[in-house]
Amino acid sequence: MSATRRFGLRGIAALYLVAVLLGPLAMVFYRAFAHGLHPLWSSLSDPNTVHAFELTLVITAIAVPVNTLFGIVCALAIVRRRFPGAGIVNAIVDLPLALSPVVVGLMLFLLYGRTGWFGSFFQAHGIQILFATPSLVIATVFVSLPFVAREVVPTLRELGDEQEQAAHTLGASGWQAFWRVTLPSIRWAVVYGVVLTTARCLGEYGAVAVVSGHIEGKTETATLRVQDYYENFNQAGSYGIAIVLAAISVVVLLVMTLLRPKESA
Amino acid sequence: MTTFLSVVVLLPIAALVWTSGKHGWHEFWSVVSAPESVAALELTLGAAVIVSGLNAALGTITAWVLVRDDFVGKSLMNAVIDLPFALPTIVGGLTLLALYGPSSPLGIDIAFTRTAIVLALMFETLPFVVRTVQPVLLELDREAEEAARSLGAGEARVFRSIVLPNILPGILSGVALAFARAVGEIGSIVLISGNLPFKTEVAAVFVFNHIQSGDQNGASAVAVVMLVIAFLLLLAIGGLRYLTTRHERNA
Amino acid sequence: MPMNKARKLTLLAAVVAALATTAVATAGSSLSLVAYSTPKTVMGKIIQAWQQTPDGKDVTFSQSYGASTDQARAVGQGLKADVVFLSTGDDVNLLVDDGLVDSRWNRQSYSGIAADTVVVFAVRNGNPKHIKGWADLVKPGVQVVTPNPFSSGSAKWNVLAAYGAERRLGKTDRQATAYVQTLFRHVVSQDSSGRNATNTFLAGKGDVLITYESEAFAARQNGQDIQYVIPRQSMLIELPIAVLKGSANKDVANKFIRFVKSDTAQDLFGRYGFRPVNKKIAAKYADKFPSRPGIFAVDDKIIGGWRNADKVWFDPNKGRMAKIEQAVGGPSSG
Repeated sequence: MSATRRFGLRGIAALYLVAVLLGPLAMVFYRAFAHGLHPLWSSLSDPNTVHAFELTLVITAIAVPVNTLFGIVCALAIVRRRFPGAGIVNAIVDLPLALSPVVVGLMLFLLYGRTGWFGSFFQAHGIQILFATPSLVIATVFVSLPFVAREVVPTLRELGDEQEQAAHTLGASGWQAFWRVTLPSIRWAVVYGVVLTTARCLGEYGAVAVVSGHIEGKTETATLRVQDYYENFNQAGSYGIAIVLAAISVVVLLVMTLLRPKESA
Repeated sequence: MTTFLSVVVLLPIAALVWTSGKHGWHEFWSVVSAPESVAALELTLGAAVIVSGLNAALGTITAWVLVRDDFVGKSLMNAVIDLPFALPTIVGGLTLLALYGPSSPLGIDIAFTRTAIVLALMFETLPFVVRTVQPVLLELDREAEEAARSLGAGEARVFRSIVLPNILPGILSGVALAFARAVGEIGSIVLISGNLPFKTEVAAVFVFNHIQSGDQNGASAVAVVMLVIAFLLLLAIGGLRYLTTRHERNA
Repeated sequence: MPMNKARKLTLLAAVVAALATTAVATAGSSLSLVAYSTPKTVMGKIIQAWQQTPDGKDVTFSQSYGASTDQARAVGQGLKADVVFLSTGDDVNLLVDDGLVDSRWNRQSYSGIAADTVVVFAVRNGNPKHIKGWADLVKPGVQVVTPNPFSSGSAKWNVLAAYGAERRLGKTDRQATAYVQTLFRHVVSQDSSGRNATNTFLAGKGDVLITYESEAFAARQNGQDIQYVIPRQSMLIELPIAVLKGSANKDVANKFIRFVKSDTAQDLFGRYGFRPVNKKIAAKYADKFPSRPGIFAVDDKIIGGWRNADKVWFDPNKGRMAKIEQAVGGPSSG
């Protein structure tokens, strides 16, 4: 390929990435520190902000194991069981990737709101779903559902089940075969899926914005807090939380890069 | 597993479909075809088409550069591509606001415009085409290209007749994923677009506003349209996957 | 695989337990305050001041701020609240109709109002378009920012103020309504809440923002580059505060509301840009809050009270705003 063409293409790619990705990111770091360290620190150490980070972590700590377990079981069912409707199950599991998180929030309203399908039941028992942590967890589980399954399915497909068959003929039980043979071979796919799931949970906004009620110190996640600060004229706080989340994302990115199979020729 | 899936995914979908249809098709249609909903859906689909088109071109170029070329900083570039996957969408919106919104150091201000929406969607959908085209390019057998070149075909010709047909399914899958993401995106849009009805209110923001104001019928109607679009895109992606693997199976 | 299932069940149990503990309301003295979008700063100060008193000493607060009508609807949908501090009596009536607030809420002291403010025009520093009165808003090329009347209390005040101002100038009902429609042709943004409209204006959109005096004050106090004009004909904004019937801490809530109307809290209101309802404290801030000859209130006969205004103007199907929005191509609901 001619040199000019090569440099031209490189230039386009580089410009694309700088204009859309890197430039804006650099600006955020600049803006966070633009007002000095004090407003940044006082916003980040505000008890409601600390709670927001804690809440995000708690939600993630619940959603990730749930979706990891589900993802592995689901992948096994789709690839190994070959039951009628496996294709449909595959499509349903993928749905959260394609569906707007706001629609997810709406669906929770329709189920658990006062006029919703189960609203009166939960209200009668004094259990708060909407505008409280449970709805935040349910929403986050929904939107981060597909990742582990999607990573494990192709790996399982490629592996084939000869090794498990061999283990069975040697007398291993279903559980032993899974624990000793299957799990180790899908290990890296699971880890990669967990990383993607975690990133998705930490970054969830649309669904939780609908169901949270924005109660400071109770139902505001870190992402909602970013918006709260922004709307209350506190740019330093807003950008401050943003760079903490961005820093976590960069760590996630590094892990993803290290785990991703080598993809350059 | 099926109970989990049913409770977490199917039940909410059922509630949505039922709510939007409970007053009958006529009522559903009149809500969906109200001027504000139509405007929101048109804007959303229009923006998604533009963004998918831009992604198809720029994403392919980026994948090409990452696979076929070698230069200092290439692995950094490769790693950075996944950033929109890792970054919370609201932070994405904030970053764009910082550089292209009011008090931007570049002296431009695109906040509250449709350009802002396209930009936000470009940010969020950046990785899709790149990541679907890369593996295909990697596996591509270069012999056919070499042969064509030795027969005197120019680079453009080689790309058009030999490379493109092979990477097209990859591009289309990426485009479908990008389109789906663009239709549903809210976090990056909410701060930068201004949510002006009829001007910069996308479908997701429409649904959001109508939930807040208690208009569950209006919200559900547009939400169901978004759900159908999502399903159709998933079918398309699945179909593409089937076609390409069938090609591999027959090869 | 039986072991797999056992593991699944234990995990499920753990998740349910976690959800249950987070779902159960915290015991002890706590108050949930659900408020409209702009008074966060002053309420923070008032809460702090109350927590220094014996009544408020061990009371923890949870606070939620958002567009007034949206917040009222959220409470209707289950958002937990002990006290609501909304921006219009109309939104409190929404809760009365839901059976969540006692219909005699406005028989409390000061008719259930915590503080007042007025409708003002926020303009760019230096007032480049020389906006002084309502007629200036509809001059060619003037772009107006106001929130969405279907979700924001501030927007409702703006609509009624615009209409009432014209009536006070002698226009007929039809002419004044036509003015409101003309005004909305100049509107370039209808955010969901008063605070969002402020941020839109501060981000550079529009020539004038119709908002609360207290909000313009707050923006200025936060170093934003605007000034505000009080038109001669303006509307008195009365901000209601009420207890929820289903509150588990009704006594504490009522004590808090009493504090909000006490001298200490009223003084804080004054300091943060609100007009105190307490006449004695209000007198102290007379220079800060100029009066205007043409200020009218919602109970003035040209408006006829909130119930009437809601039916005439804000009914989502038959109200005048629904028709006006349709005519100018604006939002048909929140």
